[in-house]
Amino acid sequence: MEKSFERLAISLKEVAGFIYPNEIELHWSILIVVYPYITGLVAGAFILASLERVFNVKEVEPTYRLSLLTALAFLIVAPLPLVAHLGHPERAFEIFLTPNFRSAMAMFGFVYAWYLLVVLLVELWFEYRKDIVVWSKKEKGLKRIIYLVLTLGASDLSEKSLRFDKKAGKIITIIGVPSAFLLHGYVGFIFGSVKANPWWSSVLMPVVFLFSAIVSGIALMILLYMVITLFRKKPIEMSCIDKLASFLLYAMILDFSLENLDFIHRIYESEESIKILYQLLISKLFISMVVIQILLGTIVPMVLLAWTKLGHLPDELRRLIYFCSAILTLIGIFSIRWNVVIGGQLFSKSLRGLTTYKMELLGIEGLLVALFFLVLPFIILYILVALFPPWKEAEVKLET
Amino acid sequence: MNRRDLLKNLLIIPPGIFLGGLFTKILSLLKKTPLGKISLESIYEKYNPHEHYYAMGIDIDKCIGCGRCVEACKIENNVPQEPFFFRTWVERYVITVDGETKVDSPEGGIHGFPETLTEKEILRTFFVPKLCNHCDNPPCVQVCPVGATYKSIDGAVLVDKDYCIGCRYCIQACPYGARYLHPETHTADKCTFCYHRIVKGLQPACVEVCPTGARIFGEVKPRNNPLARFVRFNKIGVLKPYLNTDPKVYYANLDKEVT
Repeated sequence: MEKSFERLAISLKEVAGFIYPNEIELHWSILIVVYPYITGLVAGAFILASLERVFNVKEVEPTYRLSLLTALAFLIVAPLPLVAHLGHPERAFEIFLTPNFRSAMAMFGFVYAWYLLVVLLVELWFEYRKDIVVWSKKEKGLKRIIYLVLTLGASDLSEKSLRFDKKAGKIITIIGVPSAFLLHGYVGFIFGSVKANPWWSSVLMPVVFLFSAIVSGIALMILLYMVITLFRKKPIEMSCIDKLASFLLYAMILDFSLENLDFIHRIYESEESIKILYQLLISKLFISMVVIQILLGTIVPMVLLAWTKLGHLPDELRRLIYFCSAILTLIGIFSIRWNVVIGGQLFSKSLRGLTTYKMELLGIEGLLVALFFLVLPFIILYILVALFPPWKEAEVKLET
Repeated sequence: MNRRDLLKNLLIIPPGIFLGGLFTKILSLLKKTPLGKISLESIYEKYNPHEHYYAMGIDIDKCIGCGRCVEACKIENNVPQEPFFFRTWVERYVITVDGETKVDSPEGGIHGFPETLTEKEILRTFFVPKLCNHCDNPPCVQVCPVGATYKSIDGAVLVDKDYCIGCRYCIQACPYGARYLHPETHTADKCTFCYHRIVKGLQPACVEVCPTGARIFGEVKPRNNPLARFVRFNKIGVLKPYLNTDPKVYYANLDKEVT
């Protein structure tokens, strides 16, 4: 506690202008930056997977199963930073037991449970059922038991039952797309509905969150697909990443337009908060917003991707551009989350001053824990991929 | 155990554990609430919240910025002494002739204020005591995911520290900066109008110690009480009225610069 007081005392010295005395402590830390970032990746990866299923985009098929597994790996981690950030993590369960239905946050548990249990797990199960049944007969030891349990006793491999799997999978995808929209649009609503905070309070917030989620999900899948294929020493299917890169570009154009709309709207309306928000932008958020989010994270990858569309570039150069654009985009989307969550707390609600965020390194709300939550999904994904190989070659072909 | 039994068990056990946990949780909740032991009627015999609806009035022209209210509040309510946690605080506004407004609140004004140091000619200056506005339409209550913060029947917005999960959404939602996270309980904390005092018919600590009577505590409705008189005989303003929070801290002689 003494240490946190010392940090607050330093923050107090760095206050510019006037802030309410209770505002010296910044309440939503880097963990709350990580949370919408991760749920965004879930929603984005899932929506990408749905493209193949619902709109029959054949080119992106190599990433279909991988996208679903990625969405699951990140979804498992999504609530962890939230719970870790609570003052009383042991009471987190109260959200399910006595939810306040007027609270946007209370709905988190239900939206999350719906998405995990009804959408993602069921879709994955139908997608993999045939393979799981075959593996449960082929494999030995612990793996066999795991597969056996996962068949849930449904080991029928008749043509009729396989047709049912396909149909059920499709129906769940169709339910899944609005659910993914709900999951992340809802996270945007948590911020967008806070009328006390002019930086957050915007009806566009859920929409911007959603499109940036799609952008980040596609970028992540480009990156994962390229890296994994490289490690598997397989050729990268250019038609697949070309398509993914096109989707990324379109999603970015939409996302960037929405953000600009929000920006222009704010400047044009010029409400009382505009002066302090301008101060915020040109001082505290200049690097993270203007340089990283807008320039490096959006404009540079957009120009690069547009270049690959217009010019006839060799495959190798295109691969390099896609790879770099995906990384830049992922960093850019992370800084969007940072600028929303942290940026929204750097100015006083008195609109008369700015404060600073002193990030911890080691504490529970520190940088290391945040990094851990960002790495953990990849470890989970590694295990999932080992159990359920998402590649075409691994898929069981039945002789019929 | 054959495979069928195994699967059956797998289907039954996890929900069983969940429901069992739920049941013991409900049991422990029932045990915890004092209402399980004392009937509502016996509480109402001493104090009936339905008979009250509280609010506070502040006469800005009377505040001298001595900070005794801040000190009294900290002592009365075990608010941490560190200058980052306040249930009430005092702000000083200094407006110069060229229209510049400077606001400060050193340590919440608990030790009073240092002399105004400005080269420019001062147009007007005044002190504004701040506290939770006990809004009639409280955004903090709306956002609390578990209902740990609530509007009591007698009009005070309170926090149940045994129920708060410490998510701090209410702190974000309060437009007035009236809430903080208590560093010992790790739960949201704020002004209660000294609820433990007012149910006994006493005044809130800050009102009790104010040497100039700048703070007036009372009921909204009956005409024959100090607050009703205060509201009747003054031009009243509230903070950030455009947010539709319906504050119940009424300011007399509120300046346009106050945010």
